[in-house]
Amino acid sequence: MSWLDIGALDNIPRRGARVVKTVHGCVAVFRTHDDRVFALDDRCPHKGGPLSEGIVHGHDVTCPLHGMVIGLADGLATGADKGAVATYAARVEGGRILLDAARLIRGTAA
Amino acid sequence: MTSSAELRAIADVVDKFDIPAVKVTGGQRIDMLGIRKQDLPAVWADLGKAGFVSGQAYAKGLRTVKTCVGSDWCRFGTQDSTGLGIRIEKFMWGSWTPAKVKMAVSGCPRNCAEATCKDVGIICVDSGYEIGVGGAAGMDLKEVERLAKVATEGEAIDLTVAFVQLYREHARYLDRPYRWLAKVGLDWVRARVVEDPENRAALIARFDLSQGVYQRDPWADRATRQAQADFAPLADLTKEVAE
Repeated sequence: MSWLDIGALDNIPRRGARVVKTVHGCVAVFRTHDDRVFALDDRCPHKGGPLSEGIVHGHDVTCPLHGMVIGLADGLATGADKGAVATYAARVEGGRILLDAARLIRGTAA
Repeated sequence: MTSSAELRAIADVVDKFDIPAVKVTGGQRIDMLGIRKQDLPAVWADLGKAGFVSGQAYAKGLRTVKTCVGSDWCRFGTQDSTGLGIRIEKFMWGSWTPAKVKMAVSGCPRNCAEATCKDVGIICVDSGYEIGVGGAAGMDLKEVERLAKVATEGEAIDLTVAFVQLYREHARYLDRPYRWLAKVGLDWVRARVVEDPENRAALIARFDLSQGVYQRDPWADRATRQAQADFAPLADLTKEVAE
């Protein structure tokens, strides 16, 4: 894996998200109440809503458009709903957020 | 009501930020749709300079007081309905309520402002103001129930404020006034707002106190440099190329 530093943990509000623009579209980077970080495609599997603007609770996010709840760790819709969002490896080191660049940057081997 | 200066300010914001859609709303507002998230703090900074405050489109609070032309310019207008609507809005905007509150003031029983289906709907008549409450025109359709008839504009505002304060203190979150009214009954409300002047005054005083703290434009605090940064993407990887 090649890790890319995309910003400071404190640049993301707790229970919130910021967006990273990539060639494939936007990736939402979430910071949960316990300062864990998750990265998912910023597109709800239901009708493409911006998950980065949803309500973060526990380790889930609720899409602001129609209320689908997505698990941040696996990108899967919870409960009786069906749907999946691509996830990207993310970690925090020394207060910085690192994302696995493999699928995010032009020209890298998948 | 608006003015050429306000319309010009709105038009300038639309041009400056290349806003794709401008719409007139049922609540007599102008909607600007499709603004990019990172432009929001700057948009509201410009609108704030022109005297606009935020919240009328989305607040769990007072949305808008719809009005008809009224005695200023309409041959049937019995009272200054537009003036009353503006005074209510200026007093009550920014207050937090269990669910959105929509009001209207019609200058005569022809009811051009559609006051009879609002949370608080005032119909002006020659002898004063008929205050109706608990209307609905969304998923449910319901006519207002008559709270009281008063002679002066001051009393009309008092009853409106007291009713909303009682609603704020008692209703369940997400219950519009008509749902709350169905639970507590109009008689119970009347006893506390209309028939008990001391209680009415106390309700108004509590609303006043609350407004002293909460009547604040939410975007005023967010037109800062730091806030603007928070609304932009954290990083842009589209130009990055693997080594």
